[in-house]
Amino acid sequence: MIPEIGNFALIVALLLALTQAILPIIGAQRGNLTLMAVARPAAQGQFVFVGIAFACLAYSFITNDFSVVNVAQNSFSQLPKIYCFAATWGSHEGSMLLWALILGFWTTAVSVFSRHLPDDMVARVIGIMGLVSAGFLSFLLTTSNPFLRLLPAAAEGRDLNPLLQDPGMVFHPPMLYMGYVGFSVAFAFALAALLSGRLDAAWARWSRPWTTVAWSLLSVGIVMGSWWAYNELGWGGWWFWDPTENASFMPWLAGTALIHSLAVTEKRGAFKAWTVLLAITAFSLSLLGTFLVRSGVLSSVHAFATDPARGAFILGFLAVVIGGSLALFAWRAPKMLTGGRFTWFSREALLLANNVVLLAAMGSVLLGTLYPLLMDALGMGKISVGPPYFNAVFVPLMAPALFLMGVGPLARWNGSSLPDMVARLKWALAISVATGILLPLTLNGFNPWATIGIALSIWIALTVLIGFRERLKYTQGGLLSRLSNLPRGFWGMQLAHFGIALGVAGITVVANYQTERDVRMNVGDHTQLAGYTFTFQGIKERQGPNYRAAEGTVEVSKEGKKLFVLNPEKRIYNASGMPMTEAAIDPNLFRDVYVALGEPLDDKAEIWVVRIFYKPFINWLWIGGLMLAVGGLLAASDRRYRIGVKAPAPAPAGVATQGV
Amino acid sequence: MKRWLPLILFAVLVGFFAKGLFLNPREVPSPFIGKPAPAFTLPLVGNANASFSPADMKGKVWLLNVWAPWCVSCREEHPVLMALARSQSVPIVGLNWKDKGREAEQLLAQTGDPFLAVPDDLSGKVGIDYGVTGTPETYVIDKAGIIRMKHIGAISEEVWKEKIEPKLQELGA
Repeated sequence: MIPEIGNFALIVALLLALTQAILPIIGAQRGNLTLMAVARPAAQGQFVFVGIAFACLAYSFITNDFSVVNVAQNSFSQLPKIYCFAATWGSHEGSMLLWALILGFWTTAVSVFSRHLPDDMVARVIGIMGLVSAGFLSFLLTTSNPFLRLLPAAAEGRDLNPLLQDPGMVFHPPMLYMGYVGFSVAFAFALAALLSGRLDAAWARWSRPWTTVAWSLLSVGIVMGSWWAYNELGWGGWWFWDPTENASFMPWLAGTALIHSLAVTEKRGAFKAWTVLLAITAFSLSLLGTFLVRSGVLSSVHAFATDPARGAFILGFLAVVIGGSLALFAWRAPKMLTGGRFTWFSREALLLANNVVLLAAMGSVLLGTLYPLLMDALGMGKISVGPPYFNAVFVPLMAPALFLMGVGPLARWNGSSLPDMVARLKWALAISVATGILLPLTLNGFNPWATIGIALSIWIALTVLIGFRERLKYTQGGLLSRLSNLPRGFWGMQLAHFGIALGVAGITVVANYQTERDVRMNVGDHTQLAGYTFTFQGIKERQGPNYRAAEGTVEVSKEGKKLFVLNPEKRIYNASGMPMTEAAIDPNLFRDVYVALGEPLDDKAEIWVVRIFYKPFINWLWIGGLMLAVGGLLAASDRRYRIGVKAPAPAPAGVATQGV
Repeated sequence: MKRWLPLILFAVLVGFFAKGLFLNPREVPSPFIGKPAPAFTLPLVGNANASFSPADMKGKVWLLNVWAPWCVSCREEHPVLMALARSQSVPIVGLNWKDKGREAEQLLAQTGDPFLAVPDDLSGKVGIDYGVTGTPETYVIDKAGIIRMKHIGAISEEVWKEKIEPKLQELGA
């Protein structure tokens, strides 16, 4: 009964989404207020019905209703309840339903927080989001219905993929989708502006906080995904350049370009066409990611069960949504007059350079991800593109972007003086280059990659400090009150940039100075790594709720002093028989000690291969990633968005006071 | 012109994606195609005294189907193999790969046996010689004992009609 209610709710939601898409847009074109007024209630109703469908599916999972195909394939009676709930989005169908739910959430949020916007704008924005919703809901109903019944019911489920049985699964996909789908708001605003033909800077101002929030949540989602891979895969790696990871990283890169470009459009009225194109690109890449992961055109470690019918549906949907919006863009482009003049050395120019570099980096990731498909489609053989390509292309592309990150926030709108900038930054430059060269020498000799990474990281950190100093120079009062008086937009930008500095430091140090060993260990054996002594104290059997585990005990000591005990596990899941490696990690701010069990080497399972990693500074990567997100959220909560009704006039030329 | 560029680029991408939907990224061309099928001699499931060797099939076009009782997709293709066996369209030899549980004989007795012979590759060594990446995989071997085609994954009605049967006709089965 419950699954049928869910199915019915989905059908109602689809009808509401169609209403939400068609009537308000027609109303906006004709200036009919009654039709435009349909937008808000239709969007909110749609969200309620998708929510009912989602609740029904979650209920089926929690109550182990194995008469639902999706539950039988992705759950198990012994599965802990929290994972039963997370399994709701563990399958292709469920994750699409989550996508639709989150899209409904964003639309409802727009409908609530848009009181100060013109009616036709709201109607168009909600209408466009309704079109996207209608696409996803019909995709769910026609090719990926999560409520299909299995009669007679299965006696037992096939269990959730053990890789997904991790706390990360509870938070990572919802966060990631909040980010992905959140770009639909900027997309809808951009299309609404194109449709209305009013291509001034207003749409940029309205969509900016939405975009920043979506970007922040996507950052959190990506960081959590990386942290999950690090903990759960047992290889000690944190990024694999897998197509699925790239599918989330490309919208992030485009979104990063977009939030910077929106700043220029809002404040200076420049880059209008470019910003519209970026808004379309960021959301298109989110949709593209869905297609790549679910259609089976690329092979990936994360792949969902693939089905050509689904692939064909999503491709058709992509062609309509992306093709349609790019066609609309091409048609309206002549209306977008470029405004705001600026010189080659100004904040605008530096942000444009940042945009170009970010998009080039995104293009290199896209090319690497699609290359196997392109070659195969051209009949030029099967190849795979791996980390060496991405590291060789992506890292050098990002280095100039990181350098510009130091300069951009200190430059003035309209035009800055280069000699003046050199005078302000010469010490920061000297200190960062010197540290970049000297620090690796004191560790283990000259290392150009470490030099570049460390120098860039210190460069960004120092320019953030200079930014604060220059902002505070002409203010009065105690330091604390002066700091708290700075606008949140400024704080957010600086925090995010500082997070990048931390992340770059973490990546550089862990990539160049981590050490690892694979050792054969019998009970009582010792091994050394990075000054620590590891003693293998044997294996115990342990019964988990839905798995059996061999739990190893490894005592770690330094200079004869016992420090801590790590318990890495090798699990065999009851339902699937799949083995999983559960690494044990002792973290602190400056290093992780990471131990994972390999394979037993004898029949009695007493001798094991044990993998030990020493990972300096790896946590800086995640702390930096979270600062990025906190910075974004802080910037989005800036006062001027909350007052909102009247837009602040653009800053007078030559004044670099507002945070970007 | 410049403003149409994003749309044109996207249209090219869609073309590639549409083509990509009909390709399988996991299917890697086997380096064994056009080479003689590696020789082996293995005991038969159900009759350890008898043995099978590819040399026994000289002069015939035949299929070597690599399967295992623990393999789920093999059960999916089992009805198709049964239909082929009933129509006697081609002799199928079923290499029983890494059957550690020793279940093949019982399973075939229960569900039906489409195979002319079932050589027992317990250690999996013959599978390695043939470059088996997983089960099920099917090799088409010609009258001179040369591997002509390899299909990875279960044989469905469509795979049979569109891929394997034409090849067999070409080889004069």
